[in-house]
Amino acid sequence: MSSVTTLKYTLQLADNVLIMGQRLAALCGKGPILEQDIALTNISLDQIGQARSLYQYAATIVNNMSVADKAQLFNAPLLQEKINNKLSITEDDLAYLRDAWDYRNCLLVEQENGDWAYTVARSFFFDRFQYLLYTAMLKSTDSTLAAIAEKSLKEVQYHIKWASEWVIRLGDGTDISKEKMQQALQARWEYTGEMFTMNELEKEAYNIGIGVDVSQLQQTYQQQIETIVQEAGLQMPTAAWMQTGGKNGVHTEHLGYILAEMQYLQRAYPNMEW
Amino acid sequence: MTQVSFEASFQKKIDEEIMIEPQDYMPDEYRKTLIRQISQHAHSEIVGMLPEANWITRAPSLRRKAVLLAKVQDEGGHGLYLYSAAETLGITRDQMLHQLHTGVAKYSSIFNYPTITWADMGAIGWLVDGAAIMNQVPLCRTSYGPYARAMVRVCKEESFHQRQGFEIMLNLSKGTPVQKQMAQDALNRWWAPALMMFGPLDAVSPNTAKSMEWRIKRFTNDELRQRFIDVTVDQIRLLGLALPDENIKWNEERGHYDSSELNWDEFWNVVKGNGPCNKERLATRVKAWEDGAWVREAASAYAEKRKTKKAA
Repeated sequence: MSSVTTLKYTLQLADNVLIMGQRLAALCGKGPILEQDIALTNISLDQIGQARSLYQYAATIVNNMSVADKAQLFNAPLLQEKINNKLSITEDDLAYLRDAWDYRNCLLVEQENGDWAYTVARSFFFDRFQYLLYTAMLKSTDSTLAAIAEKSLKEVQYHIKWASEWVIRLGDGTDISKEKMQQALQARWEYTGEMFTMNELEKEAYNIGIGVDVSQLQQTYQQQIETIVQEAGLQMPTAAWMQTGGKNGVHTEHLGYILAEMQYLQRAYPNMEW
Repeated sequence: MTQVSFEASFQKKIDEEIMIEPQDYMPDEYRKTLIRQISQHAHSEIVGMLPEANWITRAPSLRRKAVLLAKVQDEGGHGLYLYSAAETLGITRDQMLHQLHTGVAKYSSIFNYPTITWADMGAIGWLVDGAAIMNQVPLCRTSYGPYARAMVRVCKEESFHQRQGFEIMLNLSKGTPVQKQMAQDALNRWWAPALMMFGPLDAVSPNTAKSMEWRIKRFTNDELRQRFIDVTVDQIRLLGLALPDENIKWNEERGHYDSSELNWDEFWNVVKGNGPCNKERLATRVKAWEDGAWVREAASAYAEKRKTKKAA
Protein backbone atom coordinates (compact mmCIF):
# COMPACT_ATOMS: atom_id res chain seq x y z
CA MET A 1 0.00 0.00 0.00
CA SER A 2 2.90 2.35 -0.57
CA SER A 3 0.79 4.35 -3.02
CA VAL A 4 -1.57 5.23 -0.16
CA THR A 5 1.39 6.51 1.85
CA THR A 6 2.64 8.53 -1.10
CA LEU A 7 -0.84 9.93 -1.63
CA LYS A 8 -1.35 10.97 1.98
CA TYR A 9 2.15 12.34 2.27
CA THR A 10 1.68 14.37 -0.89
CA LEU A 11 -1.63 15.70 0.43
CA GLN A 12 0.01 16.78 3.67
CA LEU A 13 2.65 18.69 1.73
CA ALA A 14 -0.03 20.22 -0.50
CA ASP A 15 -2.28 21.24 2.39
CA ASN A 16 0.54 23.19 4.00
CA VAL A 17 1.28 25.32 0.98
CA LEU A 18 -2.34 25.79 0.00
CA ILE A 19 -3.42 27.07 3.41
CA MET A 20 -0.34 29.29 3.66
CA GLY A 21 -0.99 30.66 0.17
CA GLN A 22 -4.66 31.18 0.95
CA ARG A 23 -3.81 33.16 4.08
CA LEU A 24 -1.42 35.43 2.22
CA ALA A 25 -3.82 35.82 -0.70
CA ALA A 26 -6.32 37.42 1.68
CA LEU A 27 -3.88 40.32 2.12
CA CYS A 28 -3.85 41.19 -1.57
CA GLY A 29 -4.64 44.89 -1.98
CA LYS A 30 -4.09 45.63 1.70
CA GLY A 31 -0.32 45.74 2.11
CA PRO A 32 1.46 48.58 3.93
CA ILE A 33 3.34 49.59 0.76
CA LEU A 34 2.44 48.79 -2.83
CA GLU A 35 5.77 47.04 -3.47
CA GLN A 36 5.19 44.77 -0.48
CA ASP A 37 1.66 44.03 -1.55
CA ILE A 38 3.14 42.73 -4.78
CA ALA A 39 5.87 40.78 -2.97
CA LEU A 40 3.33 39.03 -0.74
CA THR A 41 1.18 38.15 -3.71
CA ASN A 42 4.23 36.64 -5.41
CA ILE A 43 4.87 34.39 -2.47
CA SER A 44 1.22 33.42 -2.29
CA LEU A 45 1.20 32.63 -6.01
CA ASP A 46 4.27 30.43 -5.64
CA GLN A 47 2.65 28.52 -2.80
CA ILE A 48 -0.64 28.03 -4.61
CA GLY A 49 1.37 26.86 -7.63
CA GLN A 50 3.24 24.34 -5.47
CA ALA A 51 -0.05 23.17 -3.99
CA ARG A 52 -1.43 22.64 -7.48
CA SER A 53 1.54 20.51 -8.55
CA LEU A 54 1.17 18.40 -5.42
CA TYR A 55 -2.62 18.00 -5.65
CA GLN A 56 -2.33 17.12 -9.33
CA TYR A 57 0.16 14.44 -8.44
CA ALA A 58 -2.09 13.20 -5.63
CA ALA A 59 -5.05 13.07 -8.01
CA THR A 60 -3.02 10.95 -10.44
CA ILE A 61 -2.20 8.52 -7.67
CA VAL A 62 -5.86 8.22 -6.70
CA ASN A 63 -6.99 7.76 -10.28
CA ASN A 64 -4.49 4.93 -10.78
CA MET A 65 -5.73 2.97 -7.76
CA SER A 66 -8.14 0.06 -7.86
CA VAL A 67 -11.78 0.83 -7.15
CA ALA A 68 -11.63 -1.11 -3.89
CA ASP A 69 -8.61 0.84 -2.68
CA LYS A 70 -10.07 4.19 -3.68
CA ALA A 71 -13.24 3.53 -1.76
CA GLN A 72 -11.27 3.45 1.51
CA LEU A 73 -9.51 6.76 1.05
CA PHE A 74 -11.76 9.67 1.97
CA ASN A 75 -14.37 10.63 4.56
CA ALA A 76 -15.75 13.46 2.47
CA PRO A 77 -19.15 12.46 1.00
CA LEU A 78 -18.73 14.43 -2.24
CA LEU A 79 -15.37 12.79 -2.90
CA GLN A 80 -16.78 9.36 -2.13
CA GLU A 81 -19.66 10.02 -4.47
CA LYS A 82 -17.27 10.84 -7.30
CA ILE A 83 -15.27 7.69 -6.66
CA ASN A 84 -18.45 5.57 -6.49
CA ASN A 85 -19.56 7.07 -9.78
CA LYS A 86 -16.18 6.08 -11.27
CA LEU A 87 -15.27 9.68 -12.02
CA SER A 88 -11.69 10.90 -12.08
CA ILE A 89 -10.53 12.97 -9.14
CA THR A 90 -8.95 16.37 -9.84
CA GLU A 91 -6.71 18.76 -7.94
CA ASP A 92 -9.79 20.80 -7.11
CA ASP A 93 -11.71 17.86 -5.66
CA LEU A 94 -8.87 17.32 -3.23
CA ALA A 95 -8.61 20.97 -2.25
CA TYR A 96 -12.30 21.83 -2.22
CA LEU A 97 -14.13 18.74 -1.04
CA ARG A 98 -12.12 17.57 1.96
CA ASP A 99 -13.12 18.93 5.36
CA ALA A 100 -10.98 20.25 8.21
CA TRP A 101 -10.40 16.82 9.78
CA ASP A 102 -9.10 15.58 6.42
CA TYR A 103 -6.62 18.42 6.11
CA ARG A 104 -3.13 17.65 7.38
CA ASN A 105 -1.44 21.05 7.33
CA CYS A 106 0.52 22.14 10.39
CA LEU A 107 -1.16 24.58 12.77
CA LEU A 108 1.29 27.36 11.98
CA VAL A 109 0.00 28.09 8.49
CA GLU A 110 -3.64 28.40 9.49
CA GLN A 111 -2.92 31.09 12.10
CA GLU A 112 -4.39 34.50 11.40
CA ASN A 113 -2.51 37.13 9.43
CA GLY A 114 -2.55 39.59 12.32
CA ASP A 115 -0.51 42.74 11.75
CA TRP A 116 2.52 42.94 9.49
CA ALA A 117 4.85 41.55 12.16
CA TYR A 118 2.62 38.50 12.68
CA THR A 119 2.41 37.93 8.94
CA VAL A 120 6.18 38.17 8.69
CA ALA A 121 6.78 35.90 11.70
CA ARG A 122 4.55 33.15 10.35
CA SER A 123 6.24 33.23 6.95
CA PHE A 124 9.68 33.44 8.55
CA PHE A 125 9.04 30.26 10.54
CA PHE A 126 7.25 28.38 7.79
CA ASP A 127 9.45 29.30 4.81
CA ARG A 128 12.64 28.36 6.62
CA PHE A 129 11.12 24.95 7.36
CA GLN A 130 10.04 24.55 3.75
CA TYR A 131 13.53 25.36 2.60
CA LEU A 132 15.06 22.58 4.70
CA LEU A 133 12.25 20.17 3.87
CA TYR A 134 12.48 20.63 0.12
CA THR A 135 16.27 20.46 0.25
CA ALA A 136 16.05 17.08 1.95
CA MET A 137 13.28 15.99 -0.40
CA LEU A 138 15.58 16.34 -3.41
CA LYS A 139 16.75 12.87 -2.39
CA SER A 140 13.26 11.38 -2.35
CA THR A 141 13.01 8.07 -4.21
CA ASP A 142 9.76 9.37 -5.63
CA SER A 143 10.92 11.24 -8.68
CA THR A 144 7.82 13.46 -8.89
CA LEU A 145 8.20 14.65 -5.30
CA ALA A 146 11.90 15.23 -5.88
CA ALA A 147 11.14 17.24 -9.00
CA ILE A 148 8.49 19.34 -7.24
CA ALA A 149 10.97 19.96 -4.42
CA GLU A 150 13.60 21.11 -6.87
CA LYS A 151 11.30 23.51 -8.63
CA SER A 152 9.83 24.82 -5.37
CA LEU A 153 13.23 25.31 -3.80
CA LYS A 154 14.06 28.10 -6.22
CA GLU A 155 10.93 29.92 -5.10
CA VAL A 156 11.45 29.28 -1.39
CA GLN A 157 14.92 30.79 -1.57
CA TYR A 158 13.27 34.07 -2.40
CA HIS A 159 10.62 33.57 0.32
CA ILE A 160 13.18 33.07 3.08
CA LYS A 161 15.14 36.06 1.91
CA TRP A 162 12.00 38.21 1.97
CA ALA A 163 10.89 37.07 5.43
CA SER A 164 14.37 37.23 6.97
CA GLU A 165 14.91 40.74 5.67
CA TRP A 166 11.66 41.87 7.22
CA VAL A 167 12.48 40.29 10.59
CA ILE A 168 15.76 42.20 10.55
CA ARG A 169 14.19 45.42 9.28
CA LEU A 170 11.48 45.43 11.93
CA GLY A 171 13.83 44.26 14.67
CA ASP A 172 16.34 46.95 13.82
CA GLY A 173 13.80 49.61 12.80
CA THR A 174 11.98 51.64 15.44
CA ASP A 175 11.20 50.83 19.08
CA ILE A 176 7.62 50.08 18.09
CA SER A 177 8.53 47.75 15.26
CA LYS A 178 11.05 45.99 17.45
CA GLU A 179 8.44 45.35 20.13
CA LYS A 180 5.87 44.17 17.62
CA MET A 181 8.31 41.83 15.90
CA GLN A 182 9.42 40.36 19.20
CA GLN A 183 5.82 39.80 20.24
CA ALA A 184 4.92 38.15 16.96
CA LEU A 185 7.91 35.80 17.06
CA GLN A 186 6.98 34.85 20.59
CA ALA A 187 3.32 34.28 19.72
CA ARG A 188 3.98 32.09 16.68
CA TRP A 189 6.89 30.11 18.02
CA GLU A 190 4.69 27.59 19.84
CA TYR A 191 3.45 26.38 16.44
CA THR A 192 6.91 25.56 15.11
CA GLY A 193 7.58 22.39 17.14
CA GLU A 194 4.92 20.44 15.32
CA MET A 195 6.73 20.75 12.01
CA PHE A 196 9.59 18.63 13.36
CA THR A 197 7.54 16.02 15.22
CA MET A 198 7.21 12.99 12.97
CA ASN A 199 3.67 11.68 12.70
CA GLU A 200 2.97 8.08 11.71
CA LEU A 201 2.55 9.01 8.08
CA GLU A 202 5.88 10.83 7.92
CA LYS A 203 7.64 7.88 9.58
CA GLU A 204 6.19 5.54 7.01
CA ALA A 205 7.03 7.88 4.15
CA TYR A 206 10.58 8.16 5.43
CA ASN A 207 10.89 4.37 5.81
CA ILE A 208 9.92 3.73 2.22
CA GLY A 209 12.32 6.39 1.01
CA ILE A 210 9.92 8.97 -0.37
CA GLY A 211 9.65 11.25 2.67
CA VAL A 212 11.92 13.35 4.84
CA ASP A 213 12.88 12.76 8.46
CA VAL A 214 11.83 16.19 9.66
CA SER A 215 13.11 15.58 13.18
CA GLN A 216 16.62 15.70 11.75
CA LEU A 217 16.06 19.20 10.42
CA GLN A 218 15.26 20.81 13.73
CA GLN A 219 18.75 21.63 14.88
CA THR A 220 19.74 23.34 11.65
CA TYR A 221 16.42 25.15 11.69
CA GLN A 222 17.00 26.48 15.20
CA GLN A 223 20.47 27.68 14.27
CA GLN A 224 19.33 29.42 11.12
CA ILE A 225 16.42 31.08 12.87
CA GLU A 226 18.67 32.17 15.70
CA THR A 227 21.20 33.73 13.34
CA ILE A 228 18.54 35.99 11.83
CA VAL A 229 16.89 36.76 15.16
CA GLN A 230 20.26 37.84 16.53
CA GLU A 231 21.05 39.95 13.52
CA ALA A 232 17.69 41.65 14.06
CA GLY A 233 18.72 42.44 17.63
CA LEU A 234 15.83 40.36 18.98
CA GLN A 235 15.53 37.64 21.59
CA MET A 236 15.06 34.03 20.55
CA PRO A 237 11.43 33.17 21.38
CA THR A 238 10.76 30.47 23.93
CA ALA A 239 7.87 28.10 24.45
CA ALA A 240 6.99 26.08 27.50
CA TRP A 241 4.73 23.99 25.33
CA MET A 242 4.58 23.32 21.61
CA GLN A 243 1.11 23.01 20.09
CA THR A 244 0.51 20.03 17.87
CA GLY A 245 -2.42 18.46 16.08
CA GLY A 246 -2.75 19.83 12.57
CA LYS A 247 -0.65 17.10 11.02
CA ASN A 248 -3.06 14.56 12.49
CA GLY A 249 -6.18 16.43 11.45
CA VAL A 250 -6.83 18.12 14.81
CA HIS A 251 -6.78 21.80 13.94
CA THR A 252 -7.28 25.17 15.55
CA GLU A 253 -10.70 26.75 15.04
CA HIS A 254 -9.31 28.88 12.21
CA LEU A 255 -9.16 26.13 9.62
CA GLY A 256 -12.92 25.57 9.52
CA TYR A 257 -13.45 29.19 8.53
CA ILE A 258 -10.64 29.17 6.00
CA LEU A 259 -12.21 26.17 4.30
CA ALA A 260 -15.77 27.49 4.57
CA GLU A 261 -14.66 30.55 2.63
CA MET A 262 -12.39 28.79 0.19
CA GLN A 263 -14.75 25.93 -0.63
CA TYR A 264 -18.09 27.69 -0.62
CA LEU A 265 -18.71 27.87 -4.37
CA GLN A 266 -17.84 24.24 -4.95
CA ARG A 267 -20.23 23.29 -2.17
CA ALA A 268 -23.08 25.66 -2.98
CA TYR A 269 -22.95 24.68 -6.68
CA PRO A 270 -21.58 21.14 -6.67
CA ASN A 271 -20.37 19.21 -9.70
CA MET A 272 -19.94 22.19 -11.99
CA GLU A 273 -17.06 23.36 -14.15
CA TRP A 274 -15.73 26.82 -13.39
CA MET B 1 13.45 82.19 -25.48
CA THR B 2 10.45 84.10 -24.34
CA GLN B 3 7.42 82.50 -22.71
CA VAL B 4 5.57 82.80 -26.00
CA SER B 5 8.29 81.05 -27.94
CA PHE B 6 8.47 78.29 -25.30
CA GLU B 7 4.79 77.67 -25.76
CA ALA B 8 5.03 77.81 -29.52
CA SER B 9 7.84 75.27 -29.55
CA PHE B 10 5.86 73.05 -27.17
CA GLN B 11 2.80 73.09 -29.42
CA LYS B 12 5.01 72.51 -32.46
CA LYS B 13 6.40 69.34 -30.87
CA ILE B 14 2.88 68.19 -30.08
CA ASP B 15 1.76 68.82 -33.62
CA GLU B 16 4.76 66.99 -35.01
CA GLU B 17 4.04 64.05 -32.70
CA ILE B 18 7.34 64.49 -30.83
CA MET B 19 6.92 63.23 -27.28
CA ILE B 20 7.25 65.62 -24.39
CA GLU B 21 9.82 64.43 -21.84
CA PRO B 22 10.12 65.38 -18.13
CA GLN B 23 12.94 67.90 -18.65
CA ASP B 24 11.13 69.65 -21.52
CA TYR B 25 9.19 72.86 -21.17
CA MET B 26 5.46 72.30 -20.73
CA PRO B 27 2.63 74.71 -19.89
CA ASP B 28 1.41 74.52 -16.28
CA GLU B 29 -2.02 73.47 -17.41
CA TYR B 30 -0.57 70.57 -19.39
CA ARG B 31 1.39 69.44 -16.33
CA LYS B 32 -1.66 69.76 -14.08
CA THR B 33 -3.89 67.91 -16.49
CA LEU B 34 -1.40 65.08 -16.72
CA ILE B 35 -0.89 64.85 -12.97
CA ARG B 36 -4.64 64.71 -12.52
CA GLN B 37 -5.13 62.09 -15.20
CA ILE B 38 -2.14 59.86 -14.42
CA SER B 39 -2.66 59.90 -10.66
CA GLN B 40 -6.36 59.23 -11.13
CA HIS B 41 -5.38 56.34 -13.35
CA ALA B 42 -2.90 55.02 -10.77
CA HIS B 43 -5.48 55.32 -7.99
CA SER B 44 -7.96 53.42 -10.16
CA GLU B 45 -5.48 50.59 -10.44
CA ILE B 46 -4.99 50.21 -6.72
CA VAL B 47 -8.57 50.83 -5.64
CA GLY B 48 -9.50 48.56 -8.53
CA MET B 49 -7.62 45.73 -6.84
CA LEU B 50 -10.25 45.61 -4.10
CA PRO B 51 -13.44 44.44 -5.85
CA GLU B 52 -11.57 41.55 -7.42
CA ALA B 53 -9.43 40.78 -4.38
CA ASN B 54 -12.80 40.25 -2.73
CA TRP B 55 -13.05 36.92 -4.59
CA ILE B 56 -9.50 35.57 -4.48
CA THR B 57 -10.07 33.57 -1.31
CA ARG B 58 -13.35 32.23 -2.73
CA ALA B 59 -12.29 31.45 -6.31
CA PRO B 60 -13.98 28.20 -7.38
CA SER B 61 -10.85 26.36 -8.53
CA LEU B 62 -7.15 26.51 -7.81
CA ARG B 63 -6.43 27.59 -11.37
CA ARG B 64 -8.98 30.41 -11.17
CA LYS B 65 -7.53 31.44 -7.83
CA ALA B 66 -4.01 31.63 -9.20
CA VAL B 67 -5.06 33.49 -12.35
CA LEU B 68 -7.17 35.99 -10.44
CA LEU B 69 -4.44 36.59 -7.89
CA ALA B 70 -1.91 37.16 -10.67
CA LYS B 71 -4.33 39.50 -12.36
CA VAL B 72 -4.95 41.60 -9.26
CA GLN B 73 -1.21 41.67 -8.67
CA ASP B 74 -0.75 43.07 -12.16
CA GLU B 75 -3.10 45.91 -11.27
CA GLY B 76 -0.80 46.73 -8.37
CA GLY B 77 2.10 46.72 -10.80
CA HIS B 78 0.24 49.10 -13.10
CA GLY B 79 -0.31 51.37 -10.13
CA LEU B 80 3.45 51.37 -9.58
CA TYR B 81 4.35 52.28 -13.18
CA LEU B 82 1.77 55.03 -13.22
CA TYR B 83 2.76 56.56 -9.89
CA SER B 84 6.34 56.58 -11.19
CA ALA B 85 5.25 58.25 -14.43
CA ALA B 86 3.35 60.90 -12.44
CA GLU B 87 6.37 61.46 -10.18
CA THR B 88 8.33 62.69 -13.22
CA LEU B 89 5.96 65.67 -13.24
CA GLY B 90 7.04 66.84 -9.80
CA ILE B 91 4.64 65.21 -7.36
CA THR B 92 5.46 62.39 -4.94
CA ARG B 93 3.59 59.13 -4.50
CA ASP B 94 2.86 60.08 -0.88
CA GLN B 95 1.32 63.36 -2.02
CA MET B 96 -0.84 61.56 -4.54
CA LEU B 97 -1.94 59.00 -1.95
CA HIS B 98 -2.77 61.81 0.43
CA GLN B 99 -5.01 63.29 -2.26
CA LEU B 100 -6.68 59.92 -2.71
CA HIS B 101 -7.19 59.35 0.99
CA THR B 102 -8.65 62.78 1.58
CA GLY B 103 -11.02 62.50 -1.36
CA VAL B 104 -9.33 65.26 -3.38
CA ALA B 105 -8.24 62.88 -6.13
CA LYS B 106 -10.74 60.65 -7.88
CA TYR B 107 -10.50 57.14 -9.19
CA SER B 108 -12.65 55.33 -11.73
CA SER B 109 -16.23 55.11 -10.44
CA ILE B 110 -16.61 51.57 -11.72
CA PHE B 111 -14.82 50.30 -8.62
CA ASN B 112 -17.55 51.66 -6.41
CA TYR B 113 -19.86 48.86 -7.48
CA PRO B 114 -19.95 45.63 -5.45
CA THR B 115 -18.75 42.22 -6.64
CA ILE B 116 -21.59 39.96 -5.54
CA THR B 117 -21.10 36.69 -7.38
CA TRP B 118 -18.21 34.84 -8.99
CA ALA B 119 -19.56 35.87 -12.41
CA ASP B 120 -18.59 39.43 -11.51
CA MET B 121 -14.96 38.35 -11.92
CA GLY B 122 -15.84 37.43 -15.48
CA ALA B 123 -17.80 40.59 -16.15
CA ILE B 124 -15.09 42.84 -14.72
CA GLY B 125 -12.32 41.23 -16.75
CA TRP B 126 -14.36 41.22 -19.91
CA LEU B 127 -16.26 44.52 -19.71
CA VAL B 128 -14.31 46.69 -17.29
CA ASP B 129 -10.87 45.73 -18.53
CA GLY B 130 -12.26 45.72 -22.04
CA ALA B 131 -13.44 49.30 -21.66
CA ALA B 132 -10.15 50.19 -20.02
CA ILE B 133 -8.22 48.81 -22.98
CA MET B 134 -10.37 50.80 -25.37
CA ASN B 135 -9.54 53.92 -23.35
CA GLN B 136 -5.91 53.04 -22.87
CA VAL B 137 -4.62 51.81 -26.21
CA PRO B 138 -4.68 55.35 -27.63
CA LEU B 139 -2.74 56.45 -24.52
CA CYS B 140 0.24 54.40 -25.71
CA ARG B 141 0.67 57.30 -28.20
CA THR B 142 -0.19 60.05 -25.75
CA SER B 143 2.04 63.10 -25.97
CA TYR B 144 3.81 62.70 -22.61
CA GLY B 145 6.65 60.17 -22.95
CA PRO B 146 6.72 58.52 -19.50
CA TYR B 147 2.94 58.09 -19.53
CA ALA B 148 2.94 56.64 -23.05
CA ARG B 149 5.68 54.17 -22.16
CA ALA B 150 3.94 53.10 -18.96
CA MET B 151 0.77 52.54 -20.96
CA VAL B 152 2.51 50.23 -23.42
CA ARG B 153 3.29 47.86 -20.57
CA VAL B 154 -0.14 48.27 -19.00
CA CYS B 155 -1.96 47.49 -22.24
CA LYS B 156 -0.03 44.30 -22.85
CA GLU B 157 -1.19 42.94 -19.52
CA GLU B 158 -4.72 44.26 -19.82
CA SER B 159 -5.38 42.19 -22.88
CA PHE B 160 -4.54 39.08 -20.87
CA HIS B 161 -6.96 40.32 -18.19
CA GLN B 162 -9.73 40.74 -20.64
CA ARG B 163 -9.20 37.27 -22.01
CA GLN B 164 -9.36 35.71 -18.56
CA GLY B 165 -12.60 37.58 -17.88
CA PHE B 166 -14.15 36.51 -21.15
CA GLU B 167 -13.06 32.95 -20.49
CA ILE B 168 -14.86 32.97 -17.14
CA MET B 169 -18.01 34.27 -18.84
CA LEU B 170 -17.73 31.72 -21.63
CA ASN B 171 -17.36 28.91 -19.14
CA LEU B 172 -20.39 30.09 -17.18
CA SER B 173 -22.53 30.64 -20.25
CA LYS B 174 -21.79 27.13 -21.46
CA GLY B 175 -22.30 25.69 -17.98
CA THR B 176 -25.41 24.70 -16.06
CA PRO B 177 -28.55 26.88 -16.22
CA VAL B 178 -27.73 28.46 -12.87
CA GLN B 179 -24.24 29.34 -14.08
CA LYS B 180 -25.63 30.90 -17.20
CA GLN B 181 -28.05 32.86 -15.07
CA MET B 182 -25.14 34.04 -12.94
CA ALA B 183 -23.35 35.26 -16.07
CA GLN B 184 -26.45 37.08 -17.32
CA ASP B 185 -26.99 38.75 -13.96
CA ALA B 186 -23.40 39.99 -13.94
CA LEU B 187 -23.66 41.28 -17.50
CA ASN B 188 -26.87 43.14 -16.68
CA ARG B 189 -25.36 44.81 -13.62
CA TRP B 190 -21.98 45.76 -15.15
CA TRP B 191 -23.12 46.88 -18.59
CA ALA B 192 -24.15 50.45 -17.86
CA PRO B 193 -21.37 51.16 -15.34
CA ALA B 194 -18.85 49.87 -17.91
CA LEU B 195 -20.23 52.27 -20.54
CA MET B 196 -19.95 55.10 -18.05
CA MET B 197 -16.22 54.39 -17.74
CA PHE B 198 -15.71 56.39 -20.93
CA GLY B 199 -16.71 59.48 -19.02
CA PRO B 200 -19.51 62.01 -19.48
CA LEU B 201 -21.01 62.83 -22.88
CA ASP B 202 -18.68 64.92 -25.04
CA ALA B 203 -21.12 67.82 -24.88
CA VAL B 204 -20.60 68.14 -21.13
CA SER B 205 -17.07 66.77 -20.70
CA PRO B 206 -15.06 69.54 -19.05
CA ASN B 207 -11.59 68.31 -20.03
CA THR B 208 -11.96 66.77 -23.46
CA ALA B 209 -11.28 69.70 -25.81
CA LYS B 210 -7.98 70.81 -24.29
CA SER B 211 -6.82 67.21 -23.85
CA MET B 212 -7.48 66.56 -27.54
CA GLU B 213 -5.58 69.65 -28.56
CA TRP B 214 -2.58 68.53 -26.47
CA ARG B 215 -2.93 64.98 -27.77
CA ILE B 216 -3.22 63.60 -24.28
CA LYS B 217 -6.48 62.17 -25.54
CA ARG B 218 -6.90 61.05 -29.12
CA PHE B 219 -10.56 60.11 -29.26
CA THR B 220 -13.54 61.61 -27.49
CA ASN B 221 -15.52 59.83 -24.78
CA ASP B 222 -18.46 59.22 -27.07
CA GLU B 223 -16.32 57.84 -29.89
CA LEU B 224 -14.69 55.32 -27.61
CA ARG B 225 -17.97 54.40 -25.94
CA GLN B 226 -19.58 53.69 -29.32
CA ARG B 227 -16.63 51.60 -30.42
CA PHE B 228 -16.92 49.56 -27.22
CA ILE B 229 -20.65 48.97 -27.68
CA ASP B 230 -20.14 47.86 -31.28
CA VAL B 231 -17.46 45.33 -30.34
CA THR B 232 -19.16 44.05 -27.22
CA VAL B 233 -22.62 43.42 -28.63
CA ASP B 234 -21.11 40.80 -30.93
CA GLN B 235 -19.31 39.22 -27.99
CA ILE B 236 -22.55 39.04 -26.00
CA ARG B 237 -24.12 37.14 -28.89
CA LEU B 238 -21.12 34.83 -29.02
CA LEU B 239 -21.68 34.04 -25.35
CA GLY B 240 -25.33 33.30 -26.06
CA LEU B 241 -26.48 35.80 -23.44
CA ALA B 242 -29.38 38.22 -23.77
CA LEU B 243 -28.53 41.84 -24.60
CA PRO B 244 -28.55 43.87 -21.39
CA ASP B 245 -30.36 46.79 -23.01
CA GLU B 246 -33.56 46.28 -25.02
CA ASN B 247 -32.83 49.35 -27.14
CA ILE B 248 -29.67 47.96 -28.66
CA LYS B 249 -30.33 47.94 -32.40
CA TRP B 250 -28.10 48.13 -35.46
CA ASN B 251 -28.38 51.50 -37.16
CA GLU B 252 -27.61 51.01 -40.82
CA GLU B 253 -27.29 54.71 -41.51
CA ARG B 254 -24.78 55.38 -38.72
CA GLY B 255 -23.03 52.05 -39.13
CA HIS B 256 -23.21 51.62 -35.37
CA TYR B 257 -25.43 50.12 -32.71
CA ASP B 258 -27.93 52.44 -31.08
CA SER B 259 -28.53 51.99 -27.37
CA SER B 260 -30.37 53.55 -24.42
CA GLU B 261 -29.38 56.85 -22.93
CA LEU B 262 -27.32 56.18 -19.82
CA ASN B 263 -28.47 57.23 -16.38
CA TRP B 264 -26.18 60.22 -15.90
CA ASP B 265 -27.74 61.05 -12.54
CA GLU B 266 -26.38 57.79 -11.25
CA PHE B 267 -23.01 58.52 -12.85
CA TRP B 268 -22.63 61.91 -11.16
CA ASN B 269 -23.87 60.52 -7.88
CA VAL B 270 -21.25 57.79 -7.86
CA VAL B 271 -18.61 60.39 -8.81
CA LYS B 272 -19.76 62.50 -5.87
CA GLY B 273 -19.31 59.59 -3.48
CA ASN B 274 -22.78 58.10 -3.32
CA GLY B 275 -22.06 54.81 -5.08
CA PRO B 276 -22.74 51.57 -3.24
CA CYS B 277 -19.11 51.05 -2.24
CA ASN B 278 -17.45 54.51 -2.31
CA LYS B 279 -17.08 54.77 1.43
CA GLU B 280 -16.01 51.20 1.88
CA ARG B 281 -13.35 51.25 -0.84
CA LEU B 282 -11.79 54.44 0.41
CA ALA B 283 -11.95 53.24 4.02
CA THR B 284 -10.14 50.03 3.04
CA ARG B 285 -7.36 51.98 1.35
CA VAL B 286 -7.06 54.42 4.24
CA LYS B 287 -6.97 51.59 6.78
CA ALA B 288 -4.26 49.71 4.85
CA TRP B 289 -2.25 52.94 4.72
CA GLU B 290 -2.71 53.78 8.39
CA ASP B 291 -2.11 50.22 9.58
CA GLY B 292 1.06 50.25 7.54
CA ALA B 293 2.40 53.51 8.99
CA TRP B 294 4.57 51.87 11.65
CA VAL B 295 5.90 49.43 9.05
CA ARG B 296 6.94 52.23 6.70
CA GLU B 297 8.50 54.14 9.58
CA ALA B 298 10.45 51.06 10.61
CA ALA B 299 11.63 50.51 7.05
CA SER B 300 12.92 54.08 6.72
CA ALA B 301 14.51 54.02 10.17
CA TYR B 302 16.28 50.81 9.22
CA ALA B 303 17.42 52.19 5.87
CA GLU B 304 18.71 55.30 7.62
CA LYS B 305 20.70 53.20 10.12
CA ARG B 306 22.25 51.20 7.27
CA LYS B 307 23.29 54.39 5.52
CA THR B 308 24.94 55.74 8.65
CA LYS B 309 26.71 52.43 9.22
CA LYS B 310 28.01 52.40 5.66
CA ALA B 311 29.20 55.99 5.92
CA ALA B 312 31.04 55.27 9.19
